[in-house]
Amino acid sequence: MEIEAGQVLQIRGPNGAGKTTLLRILTGLSSDYLGRIQWCGRDLRESLQAFRSQLLYIGHLPGIKKALTAEENLNWYARFHAGVPQLSIPEALAEVGLAGYEDVPCQSMSAGQQRRVNLARLFLTPAPLWVLDEPFTAIDVGGVAMLQARITEHTSGGGIVILTSHQELDIKDVKYLNLQDFWSVSDE
Amino acid sequence: MNENSSPMASPGLLPALSAQFKRDALIAFRNRGELLNPLTFFLIAVAMIPLGVSPESSLLSLIAPGVIWVMALLATLLSVDGLFRADYEDGTLEQLSLTPHPLYLMVLAKVLLHWLITGLPLALLSPLLGMWLSLPAEGYMPLFLSLLLGTACLSLIGAIGAALTVTLRKGGILISLIIMPLYIPILVLGTGAVTYAIDGFPFMSLMSIMGAFLAFSIAFAPMVTASALRISLNG
Repeated sequence: MEIEAGQVLQIRGPNGAGKTTLLRILTGLSSDYLGRIQWCGRDLRESLQAFRSQLLYIGHLPGIKKALTAEENLNWYARFHAGVPQLSIPEALAEVGLAGYEDVPCQSMSAGQQRRVNLARLFLTPAPLWVLDEPFTAIDVGGVAMLQARITEHTSGGGIVILTSHQELDIKDVKYLNLQDFWSVSDE
Repeated sequence: MNENSSPMASPGLLPALSAQFKRDALIAFRNRGELLNPLTFFLIAVAMIPLGVSPESSLLSLIAPGVIWVMALLATLLSVDGLFRADYEDGTLEQLSLTPHPLYLMVLAKVLLHWLITGLPLALLSPLLGMWLSLPAEGYMPLFLSLLLGTACLSLIGAIGAALTVTLRKGGILISLIIMPLYIPILVLGTGAVTYAIDGFPFMSLMSIMGAFLAFSIAFAPMVTASALRISLNG
């Protein structure tokens, strides 16, 4: 299986099928796998550092510090990634519907708002590869539309998005990987 | 935001390190109630000794080096348990492990902060407690110096145990079992240096061994900790 620049891969499957496990393997967090993963033609295990500088991963954990404000959290992330972000942090927060929340501590935000702070990273990162684990969890209808627009914008600029979701995406040319089919095929 | 102009250039290591250090310092400052726990434990436990054992200054001066060192060790052990747990639970640890920077340097930044907010205050408070336990005057300098170097070793080695037990909700007993054997040489050296000085022997040789121990810990403990964290995240 191969994913090329400009593609969206949606991984589907019932709960417990191994969607998150697969994503953790693809990001290099987990190394318990058989087979080969290559990034830009090089084995993942040998080019981890180069791979990590081009990766943005949003897992199912919040990934933000509750004691810090939205801006402080995003600032921490910004320091780890190369390149000039397209937007400033307040602009990115405005994009995810949190304009004016820069100085609000994350512990006084709702679960959905905390999720949006984490998703604001999508507007700040120059990384070409996005791996998103259930990005639409706890996000309202307007937020889902905003995210899908951002994903489309990213892939039309040559980026790659790998995501798990049970929702039907409103994005053109989505590649699907159904883990249940995969298992049933390999069992035969 | 970043001094690199090319989007593909590797981001600066120093800005990342300082961001990590500043973030942890800010969180520690916002939770400053918890910050005082190990210090309070240290002060109360040592202050109980004259009340519980005997107010006799000849007896107290004999046990003072050991008591202060054991309490400092336990205070560090208590606080090191949670070094990575909060980061593990909210997902920022896995994000940190996915940055292109060496994880062991990030670990070193975290351990340095841990030492600054626990080990250093313990060492600074030790002369006060020495006075409380009628420590002879020759003992103050070696007590302060040995705690200064020793608590840094304790933080670095404790981080290994914290990384191995990060997935457990309460590391308590297990972390003690893992790192206690490694703490014993430091305890023996620390109390030994103070007792030597009180008995009128030169103590600098023991201090040098402790310094060597610290150099060794700085070089290797963060690497072991980083590997242990990757193993914990893998599961």
